[in-house]
Amino acid sequence: MSVLSLSDALLLAALLFATGLAGVLVRRDLLFMLMSLDIMLNAAALVFVAAGARWHDASGQVMFLMILALAASETAAGLAIILCLHARGRPSLDADTGNLLPGNLRSGNPLSGNPQPGNLQRG
Amino acid sequence: MQFLALLSAAITLIGAIMVITRRVAVHAVLWLVVTLLALAVVFALLGAPFAAALEVIIYAGAVMVLFVFVIMMLNLGRPDSDREKEWLRPRAWLGPALLATLLCGELLYTLPFRPDDTAAPDLLTARDVGLSLFGPYVLMVELASFLLLSGLVTSFHIGRHRLRER
Repeated sequence: MSVLSLSDALLLAALLFATGLAGVLVRRDLLFMLMSLDIMLNAAALVFVAAGARWHDASGQVMFLMILALAASETAAGLAIILCLHARGRPSLDADTGNLLPGNLRSGNPLSGNPQPGNLQRG
Repeated sequence: MQFLALLSAAITLIGAIMVITRRVAVHAVLWLVVTLLALAVVFALLGAPFAAALEVIIYAGAVMVLFVFVIMMLNLGRPDSDREKEWLRPRAWLGPALLATLLCGELLYTLPFRPDDTAAPDLLTARDVGLSLFGPYVLMVELASFLLLSGLVTSFHIGRHRLRER
């Protein structure tokens, strides 16, 4: 019945995971980083399901359910954090602008490209 | 059937690559939905129909709706009418629609193949998963419920802070 062999599924999962990892590393938009995380979680779930199909064990799909619960709560918390950041008056969703404490946020523009002026002088 | 599996895998990969290269978030969500649907077909072809159904219902249904709601609430960048024009341009939805049509074609193609119940012993149905879930893995179900509850509390807490500061 299973027309996709384990090695094929593992290859697909590896490529999917690499794609998601590249998305997390390359994109700076928080929404795209969350979507890439979802792609990576799906790749992990695919490995579990494929292994469960190969050895005919329902444990693989049980782990898939756990990954589903994890992904749902992760997405909910991540999107809530994004909404919170946006509500504090952040004009973009760039992840690199989230490195300042609230006290510094009012003194300077965090998006001016050089959020920490002291670092340049030190080298 | 091997051909169908390879086609679904290719659609999954193309969708995933398009997700991380889009510039507009809504377009990426469209591609991600297609990716998840193709992955559900892969699960079904692997002999896991329960996982495929859950992937469609929970992932492509619930989680993606969360994404769409947040993108709607964020309201980034240009005025609404400009953004809507950009979203509705055919270039934006033609690719996901094409891949979704391919998936639908796969579904219609496999419909005449009646699975005879005797010849498919390696199909892991929802009954097997349920017996395993509430047998040896019942503690894990409780832990997953803790995790979901903590996600709920986290979202509520962050949202409440936001309301109070306004």
